[in-house]
Amino acid sequence: MSYQYNIGCSLENLKGVRDFVRKSLRGHVTSDIQLNEIILALDEMCSNLMIHAHHCNPDHHLEMRIDVPEKGKLIFEIMDDGEMFDINLFHEPEIGSLIHEKRKGGLGIRLVKSIMDEVLYITRNGRHVCRLTKAV
Amino acid sequence: MVHIKRMQEDGTDILAVVGEIDASSSIELDFAIAKSVGEGSKMILVDCTALEYISSAGLGVFMSYIEEIRDKHIRMVLFGLKEKVANTFQILGLADLIHISVNKQEAKKLIHELPV
Repeated sequence: MSYQYNIGCSLENLKGVRDFVRKSLRGHVTSDIQLNEIILALDEMCSNLMIHAHHCNPDHHLEMRIDVPEKGKLIFEIMDDGEMFDINLFHEPEIGSLIHEKRKGGLGIRLVKSIMDEVLYITRNGRHVCRLTKAV
Repeated sequence: MVHIKRMQEDGTDILAVVGEIDASSSIELDFAIAKSVGEGSKMILVDCTALEYISSAGLGVFMSYIEEIRDKHIRMVLFGLKEKVANTFQILGLADLIHISVNKQEAKKLIHELPV
């Protein structure tokens, strides 16, 4: 099974991303807690790309694809033409320093890395592809 | 996507958060806490009973007030978190940094027991 969704780079569209992931994974993920974690990780990835790679320009688009190649294995791909935003190149900030500096960002990357089994970046047909995998 | 209702009860500010907090709506939570703190509230309860979802943007708002509420001797307790919402706090270890109670009754008890 595979599912596809196109998103304009506006933070207002994150709700649509979450609804798409929830509907697509119905029947593939049985635990409500695990489903929420996966939705959270994809919300974080899309919001990071929208903010950092596309500066929230609603005319720019992300393309999300969900593949379920076999029972218990999920592959998520987010494709775009923006600047490469590779979360593997960022060190997760220490929680203590975030509190002290009153920084409201920096937690999303930590969440994605905690939730997903693998996050890797490839280039396909000249587009950036962020591929996330998760065993459920 | 999120609605925050502010009430006063027995000298405590209660912020009831309804809906979903993500990168587009976390500013609402920030405003509500800033208003409560700015007006001098010393006890703040955050009712999360109707909070359906929170992303890192919302968690970041709570974290950004940890030092200020400590410095201003304000006590803040969250209560009524759904299991999936509480799990998001736990993934990052924030459940140890922010006071969280199961329900309103426990939260009211805890907020009076916290050291000022």
